[in-house]
Amino acid sequence: MSEFNLETASFKLNPRYQFQWEEAQQCHVLLYPEGLIKLSGSAAEILQRCQQPTTTATIVDELNEAFPGTEGLANDVKEFLTDAQQQVWIVQVSD
Amino acid sequence: MEKTTHHIPMWLLAELTFACPVQCSYCSNPLELSASRKNELSTEEWIRVMRQARKLGAVQLGFSGGEPLVRNDLEELVVEAKSLGYYINLITSSIGLTAEKITTLKEAGLGHIQISFQGSNRESNKLLGGTDSFDHKVAMTKEVIKQELALGLNFVLHRQNLHQVEEFLTMAQSVGAEFVELANCQYYGWGLHNREHLLPSQEQLIDAERVTNEFREKYKGDMDIFFVAPDYYDDRPKKCSNGWGTTFMTVNPEGEVLPCQAAKVIPGLEFPNVRDYELKDIWHNSDLFNRFRGTDWMKEPCKSCPEKEIDLGGCRCQALMLTGDATNADPVCSLSPHHDEVLRITEKAQRPYDEEETRNLVFRNPGNSKKIRAEKLELT
Repeated sequence: MSEFNLETASFKLNPRYQFQWEEAQQCHVLLYPEGLIKLSGSAAEILQRCQQPTTTATIVDELNEAFPGTEGLANDVKEFLTDAQQQVWIVQVSD
Repeated sequence: MEKTTHHIPMWLLAELTFACPVQCSYCSNPLELSASRKNELSTEEWIRVMRQARKLGAVQLGFSGGEPLVRNDLEELVVEAKSLGYYINLITSSIGLTAEKITTLKEAGLGHIQISFQGSNRESNKLLGGTDSFDHKVAMTKEVIKQELALGLNFVLHRQNLHQVEEFLTMAQSVGAEFVELANCQYYGWGLHNREHLLPSQEQLIDAERVTNEFREKYKGDMDIFFVAPDYYDDRPKKCSNGWGTTFMTVNPEGEVLPCQAAKVIPGLEFPNVRDYELKDIWHNSDLFNRFRGTDWMKEPCKSCPEKEIDLGGCRCQALMLTGDATNADPVCSLSPHHDEVLRITEKAQRPYDEEETRNLVFRNPGNSKKIRAEKLELT
């Protein structure tokens, strides 16, 4: 299920994870059975955009627009998504 | 004086009721069983508790008991918890669960179900749990998987069932369980009362861990297995609930707030009730939550120990039960002057497993609770 092509496929946040802002911790978190992952600001910007089906190219475009002139943005996004795919934080959406 | 702590109670364990259809002899609940349920918190009171805890930063919520499915307002509580932003875990024996209820709870916002097993087959599950529920547990396990709700299986291990790990893992694998916890029981409440017949031998543990590792190797990526050994066999203690008053808050069925599920055994502690105080006040200011928070309360050998921040002196309840003083080092630690008490207990457990011994277990039910109370009165 976690095997899909990040370049071409549509994907979204794994519905088994709950993504939200935590006021007490002043950061976004991913919640799962009996645990939580604190997210960095940039990780949260990416996962925020995975709440609906999306693609790598769309996320890169949106982030380039939101944060113009950020160096190496496309690579950082790809690197994070590769990791997120391995952790099964994101799953493929079948057309 | 107002005290505040930077710690956030990220975990709220809501023990909805002490009532339970299962009679586990290892239960960590107190030996005194409430005769009635009339003192249980109401739906409105639980909602207030969940709101207050969420404000403090609680984000993981466990509905537990007793058996939480006994409460007929469970769905309502899940809906409310979901709207507050909790990740919701249901810790259950599965008795009372149906396919329809799984659907309803999932739609209400439940994230995860943990189903506990007492034995690895019909007969032993009945013998060790006092209910004929094995087939139902397996059916509900399959149903939770079918409905794509996160599932964990919890097999509570002890002397009388450690040899069943292989049979249990085979069943778990065959139904497609992705997460299995093999947790040796802890010795609090009924578990302490039955410790002599629950504490396994070193050999039993080694065998069970070997089988576990074989399964881990074989089903890597499909099934995660978590093995918890009894800490009596360690030479350093475990932190109490990730550190007393740092992460966990348990609210019991009658509204008392505890830093850990077992803390009621410690004499001289007062347990503030959510009917009288705000949770914020209890978390930050109560004598209870401040009593063993951090390291200031420590005596030697903990006080000057270079590892004191790692285990925070271990479990306060265990220190009390085995040394008579909750401010002592957890005697599981080989540096504790009371460590030989633990060695004496584990030494006695090295006898071979004998299935006849199972009949000595005292099961958690009102009749046995009364009997134990009467025996205690006779002694004093």
